[in-house]
Amino acid sequence: MTNSHRYDLLILLKRLQSEHSFLSRERLVKISQELKLPHNEVYGVSTFYSFLSIKPQGGNVIRICKSVPCHLHESQMAIDCIKEELGISPGEVTKDGRFSFELTNCIGACDMAPAMMVNDDVHGNLTPEKISKILKNYT
Amino acid sequence: MPETRIVLKNCGQIDPGDVKTYLDRDGFSALKKCEEEMSPEEVIRQVKASGLLGRGGAGFNCGLKWELARKAEGKNKYLICNADEGEVGTFKDRYILTNDSFSLIEGMAIAGYALGARKAYVYLRAEYHFLSDALKQSLKQVKDLGFLKNIDIQILEGAGAYICGEESALMDSIEGKRGEARYKPPFPPIKGLFEQPTVINNVETLVNVPQIILNGADWFNGIGTKKSKGTKVFSVSGDVERPGVYELVMGSRLRELVIDLAGASETKAVQVGGASGSILPTHKLETKLSYETVLGSGGITVFNKTRDIIDIVYRNMEFLAEESCGKCTPCREGTEVMVEILGRINHGNGMEQDIKVLKELSQTMSLASLCGLGQAAPAPVLDSLKYFRDEYDQRITQSLYLRSLKGIRQM
Repeated sequence: MTNSHRYDLLILLKRLQSEHSFLSRERLVKISQELKLPHNEVYGVSTFYSFLSIKPQGGNVIRICKSVPCHLHESQMAIDCIKEELGISPGEVTKDGRFSFELTNCIGACDMAPAMMVNDDVHGNLTPEKISKILKNYT
Repeated sequence: MPETRIVLKNCGQIDPGDVKTYLDRDGFSALKKCEEEMSPEEVIRQVKASGLLGRGGAGFNCGLKWELARKAEGKNKYLICNADEGEVGTFKDRYILTNDSFSLIEGMAIAGYALGARKAYVYLRAEYHFLSDALKQSLKQVKDLGFLKNIDIQILEGAGAYICGEESALMDSIEGKRGEARYKPPFPPIKGLFEQPTVINNVETLVNVPQIILNGADWFNGIGTKKSKGTKVFSVSGDVERPGVYELVMGSRLRELVIDLAGASETKAVQVGGASGSILPTHKLETKLSYETVLGSGGITVFNKTRDIIDIVYRNMEFLAEESCGKCTPCREGTEVMVEILGRINHGNGMEQDIKVLKELSQTMSLASLCGLGQAAPAPVLDSLKYFRDEYDQRITQSLYLRSLKGIRQM
């Protein structure tokens, strides 16, 4: 990381996010020292993007699309379903750390609404049965 | 009118994982033609003469953009393909990238040749990460064939931010910063990425380019309306039988798209152009789709008669408030205040003066916001007030009455 440039900040943060599942304060301080950037700037970038998190996340991140096209096709059903299956609400992590549950804005899967992402995978045309099955594939 | 496929001509016809199938359909012959028979200036002249306008929503003349960047002074010149397709209800670029990334790569190589850019980026939204490996594979295949000798195309992924589809915010994001809109001028073709002349084109815009080179500017210019040339790729979703991607000649009617092709029925309203797009009632279904009328990104959401327009406008405003970058006050505060007012009306706590405030605020936001997000955010609010005013009035009157029963006087 010694030759990193200021322009690399977002790339470095994304790498840290995927390696450690969240950006801890200590790691952010370290990055700001290495890139010779004020800590607030590193914090600012870390909290700007929805795929970066400064809070610990679960091993798998569920993101249900809440935008209008999915809303028209019962995205609320998918939200209720995940709540029921995992016993957590949006913004929370399961006790065993297996899942984080978030709501997200349009993921560009409106032709298969309601849709969600689990990590980098997109799942569409969700039904309660399909959701239960999908969750079993993520350990 | 049936579909006319120019942009999507290879989709479903080639194997997206095998460049040979693209070569069999004239693949890279446009690039060869440019490099062997045309000067960069001639390429720009052709694209300019074709009348191709930006397909991301803003509709700037593509050839003119290229010309500005070509003539601008700079150490390096950059080309960026905007694949940060975040507009609500829009998934056409996802479809193109999935089914025919080779056309995009060829379009980028031609653009790079015309601009004199040695470095190009594809800025892919984080939500489309699943396309990244296939795209890299396509790039490798094309490179191995020797078509990318003069340009290095790199895929960069976003990190989840709608605003990064705005070109100046996108550049800030590539520079590793918060994706916030920049003050303009200077415009990107003069001073863009890393302060160098930069052209940012939407996926669909670039995919048009090889066809224009192969068939000529006159051919392209002969399709469409006076100001809108060629075709447009639409993503249709919501209350329709057949959601999906459709390509129509510019100037086609909204009815042909949503009813004839996508199979909408019992339609109440259609929103054209995503969260901040125009909302049109059914009696406007004969409206033509073009830059002169309505178009945007081509994201079309259809609402049937059971839908509540106020709720839809409110939800879209919530989206815009969340995704506002926060740099300028009219957008940051304006979207939040609109969420509050629309939410109040939606939840049965509306007041008579709310409509007046919404209208005044709309004007301030569209005039004073820094970028398209804040400028366009009030459009659906104003449209809904124009076409569905009775729903607002009814909701407010009802809530006033209910509150009066509870002994709560008008606040």
